[in-house]
Amino acid sequence: MFRLRLVPSNTRFPFLRYRVVCIAASVVFGAVSIVLAIWPGLSMGVDFRGGVTIEARSLSGPADLGALRASLGGIGGGDVTLQEFGSRNDVLIRIGSASESEDALRAAAEKVKETLGAKFEFRRVEFVGPQVSSELIQSAIWAVVLGLLAMMVYVWFRFEWQFSIGTIASLVHDVLLTVGLLAITRYDFNLSQIAAILTIIGYSMNDTVVVFDRVRENLRKWRKMPLDELLDLSINETLSRTMMTSMTTLLALIPLYFFGGDAIEGFAFTMIWGVFVGTYSSIFIAAPILIYLDLDKKREQWAREADAAALPAAKAEKP
Amino acid sequence: MLHFPRWKIALILAVCGLGFLAALPNLMPKAALEALPSWLPARPLHLGLDLRGGSHLLLEVDADTIVKERLEAIVDSARGDLRRERIAYTDLSVVGKEVVVVVRDAQERERAVQILRGQAMQIANSVMGTTAPDLSVQAGADGRIVVQLTEVALKDRRRAAVDQSIEIIRRRIDQTGTSEPVIQREGDQRIVVQLPGVDDPDRIKRLLGKTAKMTFRLVDDNVPLEDIARGRAPAGIEFLDSDERGRRTGEKTPVQRRVMVSGDTLTDAQATFQDNQPVVSFRFDSIGARRFGEATERNVGKRFAIVLDGRVISAPVIREPIRGGSGIISGNFTVQSANDLALLLRAGALPAPLKIVEERSVGPSLGADSIRAGVAASVGGLALILIYMVMSYGLFFGGIANLALIVNLVLIVGVLSLTQASMTLPGIAGIVLTIGMAVDANVLIYERVREEIRSGKTPLAAMDAGYARAMTTIIDSNLTALITSVILFWLGSGPVKGFAVTSAIGIATSAFTAVSLSRMIVATWLRRMRPQRLDI
Repeated sequence: MFRLRLVPSNTRFPFLRYRVVCIAASVVFGAVSIVLAIWPGLSMGVDFRGGVTIEARSLSGPADLGALRASLGGIGGGDVTLQEFGSRNDVLIRIGSASESEDALRAAAEKVKETLGAKFEFRRVEFVGPQVSSELIQSAIWAVVLGLLAMMVYVWFRFEWQFSIGTIASLVHDVLLTVGLLAITRYDFNLSQIAAILTIIGYSMNDTVVVFDRVRENLRKWRKMPLDELLDLSINETLSRTMMTSMTTLLALIPLYFFGGDAIEGFAFTMIWGVFVGTYSSIFIAAPILIYLDLDKKREQWAREADAAALPAAKAEKP
Repeated sequence: MLHFPRWKIALILAVCGLGFLAALPNLMPKAALEALPSWLPARPLHLGLDLRGGSHLLLEVDADTIVKERLEAIVDSARGDLRRERIAYTDLSVVGKEVVVVVRDAQERERAVQILRGQAMQIANSVMGTTAPDLSVQAGADGRIVVQLTEVALKDRRRAAVDQSIEIIRRRIDQTGTSEPVIQREGDQRIVVQLPGVDDPDRIKRLLGKTAKMTFRLVDDNVPLEDIARGRAPAGIEFLDSDERGRRTGEKTPVQRRVMVSGDTLTDAQATFQDNQPVVSFRFDSIGARRFGEATERNVGKRFAIVLDGRVISAPVIREPIRGGSGIISGNFTVQSANDLALLLRAGALPAPLKIVEERSVGPSLGADSIRAGVAASVGGLALILIYMVMSYGLFFGGIANLALIVNLVLIVGVLSLTQASMTLPGIAGIVLTIGMAVDANVLIYERVREEIRSGKTPLAAMDAGYARAMTTIIDSNLTALITSVILFWLGSGPVKGFAVTSAIGIATSAFTAVSLSRMIVATWLRRMRPQRLDI
C-alpha cells in the first residue's frame, strides 16, 4: 500500500563529516544575529517599548492616511506614527516612547481618540506605562534564560553533562537566529514573540532529546563502534521521525499564519522559522558536538557496569 | 506493554467519557445550558477579554502619598504635644520619608524622644500574635531627632491601602452597572481590573482616576488679592484652583487648611436638578451633621469651600446655620459629571491616588474576528494533519493516531471548560500547535515499530518493543515542553498566560491519549486479530 515517506528508511547520510562547516556556519550566523539585534535592533512592540497602540477602523470607507497624519501630527510632541494595518480601512496608530510619563501618554491617547471622533471604531487600545514595559523586558529576559537553564539542567539529570553542553549550544543557536530573523523582518517584538521563542526552545529540545535518547541507547548497544559512526547512525535512525514531526508541526502552523489574523501572524511566522532552525540544530549541532566531549570514557564506564551486572547473574545461573 | 487489565481499560474510557461530558456544554444552546441544575459543573469555555471584548486595567496605588499623610499627621500632633510640654524645638517638618526635629537641650531632647515615641500606633503581627510600634525614633548627638516608619509599618500600610482601594473600586464599578468585573490584587501595590464587554472604558478610567477626597473648609476672604496673585499664603491658608461656575481659569481661592467637616461623614449623595441646573445633593451622618451645624452657625456670612481632590468645586456664602444634615453642591456640572460625583461620593474616597500603568482594551468586533480566525486556523491545521497522518501510516494506524488526536482535542476543551481557564487568542494558537505536536508521540511509536519490523521481529513483538522503547523518549520530550509552558505561565500576563495554559493542558492530554488510548486500541486489535504482518 502507498505510504508517504519524507525520508527513506535506512538512510546513511554522513552528517558528522560536515560538522566543522555546520558549526562554523552557525557560529557566524549567531554572531551576525547578535549584531543585527544591536543594529538595527528589534522592532519593539508596545509591550517592551511602552506607549500607546490604537487599532482604529474607518467607518466610512478606506482611511486617508495622509489626512490623518496631518491632523494627528501635532499630538504628543509629534511622536505619533500611523500605518495601514490589515485591510485598507484599518489604521494602526502608535504614540510615544518609554521616556514619557503615564499622564502625558494618556492625554495624547485621549487627544487622538477625540480627533478621530465618531468616524472611527476603536478595535484595540493598548497602553503600557514606562515602568510596566521595563518590568516586562526584565521578566521576558528571565523567562528565556530560565528556559534555557531548565533545559540544560534537565538534560544533565536525565543524560550526562556532555549532552547538556550539546543542548545548550543548539538552543542558544536557535534563540539567536530567531532574534536575528526578527531584526531583519521587523515584526513587532512583543510578549507573544517571547512565547514563540520559548516554544521554539521546547520544540527544539524535543527534537534534540529524541536524537540523544537514541545516542544513549546505541552507546550501550554498540560498544566498539567509533563515536562518529555511532552518532551518524543515531541521527539517521531518528531522521524519519524528526522529519515527520517537523512536517506535522508545520502543517499546523501554516493555516495559523494565513488565517490566524494579524495578532497571530507574527507568532506563527516566528514558530515556522523555529521549526526549521530547531530541526537543523538538533541534527547538525547538538549531536555532532558530542564528538568533542569525550563520551568514550563514559561508554567504557557503562560497559564495565553492564559487565559487572551481568557477571553475578551469569554465575547465579550456572549451578 | 500490550497487556491491559480490565480496570485500566475502564479507567481510560472513563477519562475520555468525562472529558467528552465536560466539553459538551460548548455544543449546547444557551437555553438548554441554563435549564441544567446549577450543581452540575456544566459550563462552556470561558473566553478571555481579547476574544469576548473588554478592558484590562492595571492600577498602581501611590504608596508615597499614604506615607506622607501619616508623617504629616505625626508632625501636627507632635507640634501640639511639644508645645504643651514647653520643649524648645526648631525645624519640625517632613523631610523625604522622615520626620525631623531639632531639640538643642539634651534633657529636653530625652523628653522629646519620649513624646515622639508616644505618637506611634501599634501594628499587630498576625503571625507572631504580637504588636509593635509603627515608628522608630532616633536621636543624634547634634540635637536632631529622626522619626521613621518601620519597614513592617510601611508594608502594613501599603497592604491596607490596596485592600481598601479594591473595596472602593468595586463599589464604584458596581455602580456603573458593569457585569462580571474582576478586581484583584497583583503584587505589592497593584490592582488588576478586568471589565468584560466594556470596549470604551474611558468613563470608568475617569472614575478610578479620582481619589474623591472631599472636605468642607472655610474660605478666608481677608487675604489680600495681591498676595493671592503672588502666591504668598499666610500660615494655615492654602490657595486652591477652582472649578466654580463663572470663574476665570487660574484664579485661586484662599482656603483654610483646617478641615471643617470631612467627606467621609457623608452617607448619601444623589444627582438632581435645581433651577434646571444639574446639582448634587448630599446627606451627612449624625456626627457630620452636628459638626456642620455648629461650624455654619459660628460662621454665618462667610464663605465655605467644598474641596474635591484639592480643587474647589463650589464656595457658597453661609446665609444661615445648616442644621438639617443635608445640602446641595451646585458646581459647574453637566448631567454626566453630577452623576459621576454623586457616584464617587457614595462609593467613598480612595486612601491614595491610583495611577493606570497598563491598559488593554479590545472592541467586540475585533474579538469576534479573532474567534473566527482562530477557528479557521484550527480547523485548517487539524484537517491537514489528519490527511497527512493517513497518507503516512495508512488508514488503520493513521486512523488510530487521528482518533487519539481528536479525543485529545475534546479533552483539552473539556479541561478548559471545567477549570474555566481563560481562552485567549494565543490560547487558540497553543491548541493548534498542540495539534501539530501531539501526533509526535504516535509518530515516535510508529517509527520505532517500523524499525523493529525491519529488524525481523514478529508484529506482536515489534509493537511491544515499539511502545516500550518509545516511552522514555515520549516522557522526556513531553516533560521538557511542559517546563517551558510553566515558565511561560510565570512570565505571562493575560493572553500569553492563555497560551501557556492551553499548551500545558495539551501536552498532558496528548501524552495520555498517545500512551493509553491509542496503545489500548492497538493492543486490543493485536490480541483479537493476531495479524501476520503489520501494514504500517
